[in-house]
Amino acid sequence: MSFAAHLISGISLGSVYALIALGYTMVYGIAKMLNFAHGDVIMIGGYVVFVTVSGMGMNPLAGIVVSMAACTVLGVVIERVAYRPLRGASPLAVLITAIGVSYLLQNIALLAFGSDPKAFSNVVTLPNLELFDGQLVIKSVTVVTVAVSVVVMIGLTLFVKKTKIGRAMTAVSEDKGAAQLMGINVNGTIAVTFAIGSSLAALAGVLLCSAYPSLTPYTGSMPGIKAFVAAVFGGIGSIPGAFIGGILLGVIENLSKAYISSQLADAIVFSILIIVLLVKPTGLLGKQVQEKV
Amino acid sequence: MALLEIKNLGISFGGLRAVNAFDISVEKGQLYGLIGPNGAGKTTVFNLLTGVYTPDEGAIFLDGVNLTGKKTIDICRAGIARTFQNIRLFGDMPVLDNVKVGLHNHYPYSTFEGIFRLPRYYRTEKEMTARAYELLRVFGMEEYADHAARNLPYGQQRKLEIARAMATEPKLLLLDEPAAGMNPNETKELMDTIRFVRDHFDMTILLIEHDMKLVSGICEKLTVLNFGEVLAQGGTQEVLNDPEVIAAYLGE
Repeated sequence: MSFAAHLISGISLGSVYALIALGYTMVYGIAKMLNFAHGDVIMIGGYVVFVTVSGMGMNPLAGIVVSMAACTVLGVVIERVAYRPLRGASPLAVLITAIGVSYLLQNIALLAFGSDPKAFSNVVTLPNLELFDGQLVIKSVTVVTVAVSVVVMIGLTLFVKKTKIGRAMTAVSEDKGAAQLMGINVNGTIAVTFAIGSSLAALAGVLLCSAYPSLTPYTGSMPGIKAFVAAVFGGIGSIPGAFIGGILLGVIENLSKAYISSQLADAIVFSILIIVLLVKPTGLLGKQVQEKV
Repeated sequence: MALLEIKNLGISFGGLRAVNAFDISVEKGQLYGLIGPNGAGKTTVFNLLTGVYTPDEGAIFLDGVNLTGKKTIDICRAGIARTFQNIRLFGDMPVLDNVKVGLHNHYPYSTFEGIFRLPRYYRTEKEMTARAYELLRVFGMEEYADHAARNLPYGQQRKLEIARAMATEPKLLLLDEPAAGMNPNETKELMDTIRFVRDHFDMTILLIEHDMKLVSGICEKLTVLNFGEVLAQGGTQEVLNDPEVIAAYLGE
């Protein structure tokens, strides 16, 4: 039973990674940039819920909605202020700016909330699931996290494939110039991408803090990096890839912690990334692009 | 007034005067050719016309509306569509979706409605699909609807670019070297397509081309550019027989 328990908690952690990785992969796939501030949007999302629910006594669901709305606005503002002026600049400049935004958000949170961890109260108040006469207990937050990430993954895939805004995103990702000449508002499309990615980050933040109830200004940074790894692992730019990468990463991390060494878990995760990239540089579901000569 | 009026258009890149004092007047329904040696500034004129570049001077009027200095997407909305010298389809997308991207501005529903799949989403998408199929049928490409655009034969890709441009419901269609890289058979088919687009949609077409067979075969009027300046302008045969034009093409 303990293997099952470890596996399940790995899937739960992996689902959070998957939610974050979806945001990374969408932004990368469409705007062709790595938004390293994505992890810190998660942390802001967590603080918004902390303030509204624990501080102001708001209903947890309402708190989540407020947090998603706040992060949506935050994502759009970050894109508008920091990234849009750099459209057409070298990818390196954009990357450095993203790292700058990441530290800016961390330090704003540090200023506003201090560095001591805040006790985050679990927003999922459903009863736990008990299987096999109570031998295996699955926490309700786990069930909710996994369900949310599956729904979001499917929803995003349908959104990108079946709606005109999704098609505009794909068009922008393939050829910004041609998309613009077909009447697509490129800046608007990228802004929508950031809005969706950031609202997912808020959701991920809430679920992450519900499962691991301690919130600091640095809460988002490690999961952010791991989710980035998950996105690359699954094939960056691919929505199902981000999902699978996230789940696998969570499971590998948790099983390594349980059976090998908890200190080595992160090292193992990153080693596996390196091996996957050596064998298949485009990631698990990334498409092999063959240059026509 | 003509459908497209360009007056005294000019742009410099650093010290290079790429286009200078360019005038053109294209009547509604006309098939107009823009020719000239390589580097004469033809594609630059297209890029000025579509807002990719902003002109240093001069004015562009489409149907009496001043489009000078407007943004690319506003110009597209005002009714200028184009194809590209090197094909720029959305290669990974299905053929049908390429056309649907062209329809983007004519079938409004909000992102919110798209995410939550409200009734208007289904209704509008259905209309878009129907319209896209209709366009593909007009171009005889219905059978390719589900293929990824990059897998189409070359001639069909050119045709799809035209279909996608037509999906934006333009008043003026710009074709940048549509026959580039085509064999004589494909070129002939292309000429039929271009003529068909003009007649079927009552379209005004301005095209850049090097293939003289195509130019003399379908263009009614020509403007010749050389070193960014208009060298000759007028009826196709008259221009092609102009000694100055021949000299520019073949050297003195």
